[in-house]
Amino acid sequence: MTETVLRTGTEKRRFNVDMRALSPFIALIVLIIAGALINPDFLTASNLLNVVTRSAFIAIIAVGATFVIAGGGLDLSVGSMAALTAGVMILTLNNLGGGDVGTLALGMLAAIALSAACGLANGLIVTFGRIEPFIVTLGTMGIFRSLVIWLAAGGTITMRNFDLRELYRPVYFDSILGVPIPIIAFMVVAAIGALILYRTSFGRHVVALGSNEDVARYSGVPIWRVRTLTYIIQGICVGIAVLVYVPRLGSATPTTGLLWELQAITAVVIGGTALKGGIGRVWGTVVGAVILELVANIMVLSNFVSEFLVGAVQGAIIIIAMLVQRSVHRGR
Amino acid sequence: MKATILKIAVAAGLMAGVASGAMAQQKNVTIGVSIPAATHGWTGGVVYHAQETAKMLEKAYPGLKVVVKTSPDGASQANAIDDLTSQKVDALVVLPFNSDELTNPMREVKKRGTFVTIVDRGLKDPSIQDIYVAGNNPEFGRVAGKYFVDNLKQGNVVVFRGIPTVIDEERVTNFEKALEGSGVKVIDKQYANWNRDDAFKVMQDYLAKHPKIDAVWASDDDMALGVMEAIRQAKREDIKFVLGGAGMKDMIKKVMDGDKMIPADVSYPPSMIGTALGVTAAHFYTGAPMRGTYTLNAQLITKDNAKEHYFPNSPF
Repeated sequence: MTETVLRTGTEKRRFNVDMRALSPFIALIVLIIAGALINPDFLTASNLLNVVTRSAFIAIIAVGATFVIAGGGLDLSVGSMAALTAGVMILTLNNLGGGDVGTLALGMLAAIALSAACGLANGLIVTFGRIEPFIVTLGTMGIFRSLVIWLAAGGTITMRNFDLRELYRPVYFDSILGVPIPIIAFMVVAAIGALILYRTSFGRHVVALGSNEDVARYSGVPIWRVRTLTYIIQGICVGIAVLVYVPRLGSATPTTGLLWELQAITAVVIGGTALKGGIGRVWGTVVGAVILELVANIMVLSNFVSEFLVGAVQGAIIIIAMLVQRSVHRGR
Repeated sequence: MKATILKIAVAAGLMAGVASGAMAQQKNVTIGVSIPAATHGWTGGVVYHAQETAKMLEKAYPGLKVVVKTSPDGASQANAIDDLTSQKVDALVVLPFNSDELTNPMREVKKRGTFVTIVDRGLKDPSIQDIYVAGNNPEFGRVAGKYFVDNLKQGNVVVFRGIPTVIDEERVTNFEKALEGSGVKVIDKQYANWNRDDAFKVMQDYLAKHPKIDAVWASDDDMALGVMEAIRQAKREDIKFVLGGAGMKDMIKKVMDGDKMIPADVSYPPSMIGTALGVTAAHFYTGAPMRGTYTLNAQLITKDNAKEHYFPNSPF
């Protein structure tokens, strides 16, 4: 069918592309309708705001993952990196001891600096070590995880200063004009991500690198720099996610961020980014993260799924959502 | 609970001190300890108590050496046990990840004549173990259930399950059994993986789904902390209390301070590894009979007895 379109030209093809980009949003709408049918409480503003707020960590991390994956890489270390960053941030705050905004700013700075450094390490090992990113980040995943367990001595790292905890808490729980701050945070991160990926030469380099490394190299794309930068962006995104995560429970444990890497990668793929690289869709990624959290929410709200089968139904819904997307842009 | 362990250890230590003083003779014994790595608050507590008790016992019994090895999963624990036995240990104290997997490796260990102590999760073939120190999971569920019957008497309760395991199953079935015939009703059950973040999310969803919840059985202190944060956010006044479990120091502190939402806790002490070590060491040094099964009670911790469950230095 697509072959015959050759001559009718660009107009139709562009429409085709738009449908692809739209399909995660269509899957989202289908899920929301399904949720509303299952339980009327699903559509209350407080429930929907809770769910979207909860998806903020994965959404922010997944925006970074969109860069890495679009560039043909992979980062499995993000969950452990988030736990380590959260742990170090809380320890920094505890050691500084103050309960004022200055202390908080220093702690935040430490978090971003550490996560960017972790990303830089991943990037440098991948590029200069010429090792598969899967192996590199699997290694750093273990390293970061062990470090946080070691820092916590197997227990919990908790914010000790009560004033600081209360000062910081609103960053997760408060709203500006009715929109919770974490949602604003991930919209801003996604907007900046989209700007970088779609409107800068760096963004085009990332996509070129992901679709064909050799062609990109011969076209003069600075491969090593671009690739390393995608991992640094991933690191910074993890740092930002941690800034929103810490005020929620005020603590980091050895189980913090467990399996977040899989959720982030799933969100990226649901959003329409190709796992083999070459296509990146930032807004799709954000929708993917929201879809993941919605599915979990619908499972708890439904009365007819036994708690033993939640995982199976969740998996099936995600696969069906992907099939719906596929059929939307195939059967157009 | 820890107090009892201290008593056992100290008493055994005194006996040993007297004995060794009298005979001025040193008996060399090596005890290997294989436990899960500190990947979760409770196992973090196990590691802490294993190391603390090891230090204490080595001081009490001259000639005793305790080697503690931690493993991140069941398969590496089997390897760790191989390593330990090749170091010629006289006794092996094991808190298995999964008792099914470890039954055969432990049978091999036993065949070599090593003294075997199993903690918390019993082996499939009980003839292998010389000493079994058991945490009491059914009791854990019963004590919690009884607390709801006695204190809530009537109302709707939501339940948080841990990770799908035998431990979790035993706790939840016995909790529900304890509620039978009372006015307390379980209106929802979900897994939250003994994880704070997951419990926070599930509690938010419970709050959206159920307009009236009278109390929460979080069944674990980590999960209880996530639950509390979700309740605070929703500003819901209908929930009278949250019951956790295990005995995390932050939660014991709340019970001690008389927190209205956390009036009690149910113990499942990670220090049971210390009980096992103390009894095993006593087997070698005191000559008193020690073989057998020791079942620790799951105790209800309230304001009155919270002090003896509070270990500010433990990571858990």
